[in-house]
Amino acid sequence: MTSASNTQNGYRAYLVGFALAVVLTAIPFGLVFAKALPFGMLFPLIVVLAVVQMLVHLRYFLHLGLRSSPWEVRLSGGLAAIMILIMALGTLWVMTDLDIRMMTMGM
Amino acid sequence: MTATTKNDPEIAALFEAAEHEAIEEKSLGFWTYLMSDAVIFSLLFATYAVMYTRTAGGPAAQDVFDLPHTAWETALLLFSSITFGFASLSAAEEDKSRTLMWLGVTFLFGLGFVTMELVEFSGMIAEGAGPDRSGFLSSFFTLVGTHGLHVSSGLIWIAIMALQVSRKGLGAAVQSRLHRLGLFWHFLDIIWIGIFSFVYLPGVM
Repeated sequence: MTSASNTQNGYRAYLVGFALAVVLTAIPFGLVFAKALPFGMLFPLIVVLAVVQMLVHLRYFLHLGLRSSPWEVRLSGGLAAIMILIMALGTLWVMTDLDIRMMTMGM
Repeated sequence: MTATTKNDPEIAALFEAAEHEAIEEKSLGFWTYLMSDAVIFSLLFATYAVMYTRTAGGPAAQDVFDLPHTAWETALLLFSSITFGFASLSAAEEDKSRTLMWLGVTFLFGLGFVTMELVEFSGMIAEGAGPDRSGFLSSFFTLVGTHGLHVSSGLIWIAIMALQVSRKGLGAAVQSRLHRLGLFWHFLDIIWIGIFSFVYLPGVM
């Protein structure tokens, strides 16, 4: 009985996650196809929708939760997030800065 | 002697607890690998962002990207994610034939995705927009190709697990391998969200 209702909940969770993912994919593709917004507004919106969809996948497909996951999983996830922030954002920061300096020197 | 120890419920419980702990440890180890993979992909994304404008007089993003093609790839990968979810649930219900059926469907969606990607890559190379054309195209092929290689490895893994399910059944060891394969497969769909949001969509805007 309990196991049957657990699987029922399991199917529901995947279907809810799938429906959310479809909506969160259709909106950015639709907006780009329709060319509805200028780049300056559209790009930040796409970034926000991507982050939300990543969280939806983590929650509904990988079954991760801020409280329900073991602390080791949360720790290594947090560590990876910090490393990504430092290295990826650091790369962008340094390279854009370098770009701007090279341009002014060229002119 | 062995019969009495095996029948002792306390000892049996100890064995079960030890097996459970070993599975938990493997799951954490695999999770740690996935996080290191996430770091690799984030750096490939950063490299792509830096290289995006370096077209060396060659084709730019809007010349080589085909948004409907990307939309179909996205759909295939998303469908493969939910069908893998159904395979996991069927495995939890210990329904062997349904597990195999859903693994098969997942494999076909994944194969469709890899095929579409290869069609896209070979088309670009034929047009003279190969990875050797510019910094932009080098970083594009590295980022998207690394993801494609991961999906291809996932396909091999799905085939191996389907074989194991059909031969060994759905015991604790096979279940735990299926669980880790699921983490891997869903992780790849998350990376793809980044690829269509940061590479393809801004490229054609």
